[in-house]
Amino acid sequence: MAESLIDIQVEDLKRVELVRVSGRIDSSNAAEFDRVLKEVAGRKHNVVLELSGVEYMSSAGLRAIVALWRECQKRRGDVLLANPSERVTEVLTLAGLNTVFKVFDTETAAVGNF
Amino acid sequence: MAHEQVLIVPGRYNEIKRICEFVAAGAAEAGFDDDTIFHLELCCDEASTNIIEHAYGQEGAGNIVISYAIAEDEFTIVLRDNGQAFDPANVPPPPAISRESIPLDELANQMRIGGLGLHFIRNLMDEVTYSSDNRQGNRLVMVKKLQKDES
Repeated sequence: MAESLIDIQVEDLKRVELVRVSGRIDSSNAAEFDRVLKEVAGRKHNVVLELSGVEYMSSAGLRAIVALWRECQKRRGDVLLANPSERVTEVLTLAGLNTVFKVFDTETAAVGNF
Repeated sequence: MAHEQVLIVPGRYNEIKRICEFVAAGAAEAGFDDDTIFHLELCCDEASTNIIEHAYGQEGAGNIVISYAIAEDEFTIVLRDNGQAFDPANVPPPPAISRESIPLDELANQMRIGGLGLHFIRNLMDEVTYSSDNRQGNRLVMVKKLQKDES
């Protein structure tokens, strides 16, 4: 069995879905990440992504996050990022997406913003 | 003296981590810092993903041959495949993005055609060249200069 590189935990809060992601996101598991995010967007349109434990992310991971953001925006919601790791921040900056997402130091601060 | 290593893997997404680890080991040996090693892993990941998605068009359709060479002042990575030609020069850069103006359709399209990965490669590597011919297949050469400390 292939080892799982990514760990995704979803917590359904009152007005927000909190998604904690850790591990490695690349093309091998971005489809799994995308599937979970689509399920999340199907339930609520306000989402906090807690990304402190993401050790590695390629554009495949970004693609899933942008798809989620697009879906939430369509339904007048938003996607906020909590405590993204240095690698995530760097990939967002490289893609020019660092000004698009609001970033919070903690998941509590991000959840409280909704 | 240049020191070269070669890895051949099937063109499958679950081989990407192995490709990254292979290149990271070479980059560490060459003396790059952790941030630069991450950049080199990212570029090889994006290039390999583009080979699977665009050159082969699917997983398991052919191999990816990846090699690196450590020279005194540069680290050279070569990726080869036998799929369709996929010239990065034909892919435009991603759209300009700000919080006020986000061309989402254009951005989504760029991501679909591998444009974001290429954008990373162009920004993070010092030299990128691509060639393709019927006999030798496709060849992407990426060069990163080794910065020597003056102190």
